[in-house]
Formats: sequence, C-alpha cells, structure tokens
Amino acid sequence: MRLRAGVIVERDFSKRKMRWGESIIEGLLFLAAVAAVAIVVGIVYVVLSESTKFFAQVSAIEFLTSTTWTPLFDNPQYGIAPLLTGTFMSTLVALSVAVPLGLLVAIYLSEFASARTRETIKPTLELLAAVPTVVYGYFALLFVTPLLQRLIPGLPGFNLLSAGLVMGLMIIPYIASLSEDAMRAVPRAMREGSFAMGATRLETAFRVVVPAAISGVVGAIILGMSRAIGETMIVVVAAGTQPQMVISPTQQGATVTSFIAQVALGDVAFGTLEYNSIFAAGLALLVLTLLFNFVAFYLQRRFREAY
Amino acid sequence: MAAIDAQRASDITAQPPGLANRRFKDKSFVIWGIVATIIGLGTLVALVTDLFLDGGHRLTPAFFMSFPSADPAAAGILSAWVGSLLVILTTALVAIPIGLFAGVYLEEYAPKNPLTSAIEIAVNNLAGVPSILFGLMAVGIFVQFLGNPSRYFTFLPESFREGAADLFGQSILTAGITLALLILPVVIVATREAVRSVPQEMRQGALAVGATKWQTTQHHVLPYALPGVVTGIIIGISRALGETAPLIMIGGLTFVAFLPITRPGDATFETIGVLDEYGAAVDPGATERVTITHDGVVVLPDFTEQQVHAGEVLDLPHGSTMQSVATLGDAAASWSPSHWLGSEFTVMPIQMFNWTSRPQAEFLEIAAAAGLVLLVITLLMNAAAIWLRYRLRKRIKW
Repeated sequence: MRLRAGVIVERDFSKRKMRWGESIIEGLLFLAAVAAVAIVVGIVYVVLSESTKFFAQVSAIEFLTSTTWTPLFDNPQYGIAPLLTGTFMSTLVALSVAVPLGLLVAIYLSEFASARTRETIKPTLELLAAVPTVVYGYFALLFVTPLLQRLIPGLPGFNLLSAGLVMGLMIIPYIASLSEDAMRAVPRAMREGSFAMGATRLETAFRVVVPAAISGVVGAIILGMSRAIGETMIVVVAAGTQPQMVISPTQQGATVTSFIAQVALGDVAFGTLEYNSIFAAGLALLVLTLLFNFVAFYLQRRFREAY
Repeated sequence: MAAIDAQRASDITAQPPGLANRRFKDKSFVIWGIVATIIGLGTLVALVTDLFLDGGHRLTPAFFMSFPSADPAAAGILSAWVGSLLVILTTALVAIPIGLFAGVYLEEYAPKNPLTSAIEIAVNNLAGVPSILFGLMAVGIFVQFLGNPSRYFTFLPESFREGAADLFGQSILTAGITLALLILPVVIVATREAVRSVPQEMRQGALAVGATKWQTTQHHVLPYALPGVVTGIIIGISRALGETAPLIMIGGLTFVAFLPITRPGDATFETIGVLDEYGAAVDPGATERVTITHDGVVVLPDFTEQQVHAGEVLDLPHGSTMQSVATLGDAAASWSPSHWLGSEFTVMPIQMFNWTSRPQAEFLEIAAAAGLVLLVITLLMNAAAIWLRYRLRKRIKW
C-alpha cells in the first residue's frame, strides 16, 4: 500500500507475492507428520517380509497347530501355541490384579476423594507406569518370587505368576487413570438425579457412573491388556525362557516377546530360519495388538453414550 | 390434631428399610478405595526400598567411574551411563524436532483429507505398538539394510558405503533413532494438546495485523504451548532412558570396556597369536610375552576375563583377546561425532539386565545399584514433568 496525495491506492491482490519461506516450512511440517505413517509402514513391512521368508520354509499350518516350539533344537518345531499360552497366562494374571485394583482406585478418586486428594494421588500413581521395566523384572525375580515361594511351596524360581503380578502393578495407572477420566466426564446432572432419588454415592457409582462411562473403562482395560501382551523385560527376567504349553501360572514359560528377546541375546546369523522365526513371532504379536486395538475401537463405538 | 402432626413428622423422617446398611457399605467402600491406592503407592515404596537395601551400599564414586568387569567388586557403570547419555542425546535430537513439527502440522496446518486421517490413525496406533516391535523394525532397516550397504547398495560409491556401514549397524545412531521413533507419539500428542489449548483469539490477533501463518505459529502459538510440549518431551525421554527390549534387539552389548568415543577397531582390541577363521588359536598350547600398554580386560581362550594394568608383562596363551580401556586423553584425541555415533554401545538398562541374569549374589547387588540409579533418574524426570504441568495449569488462565 502506498499513500499518494492522501489517497490509498488499492492493493492489487492478484499480484500477491509468493512466500517461499512459508511453503518450505509447511512442507517440512508435513514431512515430519508423514514420518508417523512411515514408521507404521516400516514396522509392518519388515515384519511381513521377514515372516514371508519364514513361512516359505515352515508351513503356516504347523505354525498355528503344533504345540511344540523348539527352533533351537536339531529337529526344530515351530508351533506358536506354547508362546501364546505363556503370553495369555501372564496377561491373565496381570489383569486379575490390575482390573480390580485399577477400578477401585478410579471409582474412589472420581466419586469419593476430594479434589485435592485426587490431584495428589493421580500423578503419583502414574509414576508406576514410568518405572523402567527391567527394574520391575528385578523386583519380580528377587522380591516377589521369594515372597510367593513362602506362600506356595515348590514354586519354581522362574514363574509366570510373579511376572504377571508385577506386570499387573505396572498397568494399574493405565487402567485407573483412563477410567477415572471417563468417569469424571459423566455429567454431574446424572449423579444429582441419582442422589435425588435417594441413592448413596456407592450405588450412584456402580449403577449410574460406571455404566455411563463403560466405553472409556473398557478402552482403558484393553489398553492395559495390550501393554501386558507386549511387555518384554519383566517376563524375560522373571518368567523363564523354556517354551511350553502353560496351564498354570505357577509354571515357568516363555512368551512371544521373551522368545524374541532371548534369540536376540544369542548370536543369530542373518538370514537363517532361526533369525526369521523371531519375525514370525513378531507377526503374531503385531496381529494380537492390532486385534485388541480394533476390539477396543469397536467396543467404544458400540457402547458409547453420547451426552 | 397434634397427634396426627407428630405421626406425619415421624413418617417423613423415618428411614427407609436398610438405609443404615447401605450407608455402611458406602462408607466402607472408601476403605477399599484407599487400600487399593495404598497397594499402588506401596509398590513404589517397596521398589525403591528393595533396590536400596540390595544395592545402596555399592553406590560409590568408583561405581560410576569403573567399567564392567568379571569381578563384581570392581565392576561399575561407566560405559553404561556414558552410553545412555549419548543414545538419549541422539534420541532427543531426532524426536524433538520431528515430534514438534508433526504436532504443529496436525493442529495448525493439516487439511481435512484422507492423508491427514491416515497420519492421525498412525500416531494413535503407534502409541500401542509393543516396544519390541520397534526393535524388530530397527533390526530389519537400520542394522541389516542400512548397516550392510555392500549387500544392498552396490551402485553407490565405495566411500559412501563405508560411511553408511560405519554409522548404522549395531550403533549408537541406530539405538538413538529407534528410541526416537518409539517416543514420537508421546511428543506429538503432547504438542497437539498444548497447541490446541492456545485460544483462537491469539492467532486471530496476530493474523489481523498481517502476520503470516508461520509467524503467528512461531511467535504467538508456540511460546504459550512450550511448557506443555516440554512436559511431553521429558516424559518421552524418561521412557527412552528405561527402554531395554528394542536395544537388546539391535544388539546393545552387555560387556563394554571402552567408552563409545573410541572403538575396538582403533588399536584398542588386540588378539594374541595366529587365529583361525573361527577365532581359535592355530597353536593352542603356545603363549606369548606381552607388555600391557593400557588398563583393560583380557579375555582368555576359555572365555574367563582377567583385569590387566598398564606396565604389566604377562605370558598370555594364544587366542586371548585384549580390550584396552581408552584413557580420557585417548578419547579426546580421537573424538568426532561420526566416531561415537557409529560406535557399539551399552546402556544402563542393558547393563542392569545383564547383571540381573547372573547367578552370583554380588552381581545382583550391582544390578540393584544400577537399577536404583535408573529408577531415581526416571522418577525425578517424571516428577519434574508433573510439577511443570501443575504450574502450567495454575498460572495460565485464559
């Protein structure tokens, strides 16, 4: 704009200056965001392509139906079932600790505790999720297992029970914190309606608030579950490394993740069947995690209560 | 009349049947809630106490300044904490700009189109992918593919291939990038939330006086979003510091008696005698008189380790390997970024894991000591993040 004898000359917007700097910056920002997609593609590509080499030599039927996983033996067998039972058993133990405790904490903090108590306890509890998992592994092996051995005579030094229990403690904050968020998002008017009918806080919590927040609560539990399935170090340290069909938590057993880590700890030559087998196990893990993400997504849509 | 009134009043104040019981249940639930909370908080206390009782007495200055060793009394975490520091530095340099840029793009720039939804789905799903899968990806891409350029990139010039082989493979750069990718969702989500919380009026004000979109973002949105972004970065970095599984996948070593700033290849790694292709001595019975020039560790043919010191003259059997410990002078002389980025490494969690998996009680003590250091650092970082978030919520009221 120029002033000419006190008259403002109209600016010609059709000849707007092209701002190259702005475009370059926008391009850089875009590239950074696309990195997220690239990582997902990278993970899926590597796992799929290396597994393809594995399934060229081992039939998918053996992989899914055989109940023996002995890739390091002379006569190797590749049935994923023992690893899956190990993963499910430790996850089951973890959930049986974390779901009741996590929900109790969530209901207490959201419906009973004062704002001050909540603001103090919630972040402190979230520290549980920040502890390095290898430290949890040490704790499971050298603190929880000796404790359990006094209660359960004959419990082996490596067992899925103590690994699962400690994993449960680790995922309490995921379940408690996210469930509490969901419960607090339930409108106050719904609680007041319930109180006006004469219900106590506890009755309101279980019959009004939890049902209304169920989508968030289920989402929180499934997130905790997928943490437990993907957890590696606690089971590597405390649960043993011998793959077997697990029927009791007091047994030792390998999980999908602990098998992958165990092979990586040894010296595995690139391109061997053994090397490719960890990617096949990784594929099973990827499928499981995506499945649970999908189920959580579906449940949240199915049971969503909109206010 | 009076009698009827009294009757009515008693009706109104009469408790419904079972109210006392319901009230009791209501009150006693509070106890259950507190018990559950105490179990959670008690775990934290038990963790710290257990590690302190097991390993607290090993936390001496010498523990921080010694290399790992076959002798638990002399072993320390020097190579582990230096390794962790360098890996985390690399992680921060990769994750912070990418995470920040991606978060700003998604909040301020992204148009509504399928690509944007794909990015959002990717960010949300990445947060739930087990860390060991990041490790598998790193093995496939950084260790095997980029780390072996002579296998894949035969069309590139020799010097370029050597450069790539030096940097990637089982190196600090690979570890740093892998952890950066792992914590990227944390940084992106924190950035998005922080940017979103800056009120629209701030942007409109800047745009109205003629600022461009980037000027608005840079001068008027990011400064206010910064504390929130920093909170996310601290939490992400503390997670990277404690990660073990992906680094085991890419081959973090468990025994590193050199600082990552000098590599075994730089005349710090010597073998005694003539070896065959499997690394065994051609003449297994023979010994050789060697003058030791650096403090370090000799691995004998039966894989036992022996501490040696500069100036010693020893008869070592053929097949022994000598790992010299680089002095600070050596390190300073050979320092360059590409040098340490391409170096093999160990980190605190891997060192702790290695000691935890040994049967001798003395190693468990130093595992606890290393774990205590790791735990205290991560808890302090998270406490700092919580404090920052708390201050932020208190100070800024739009």
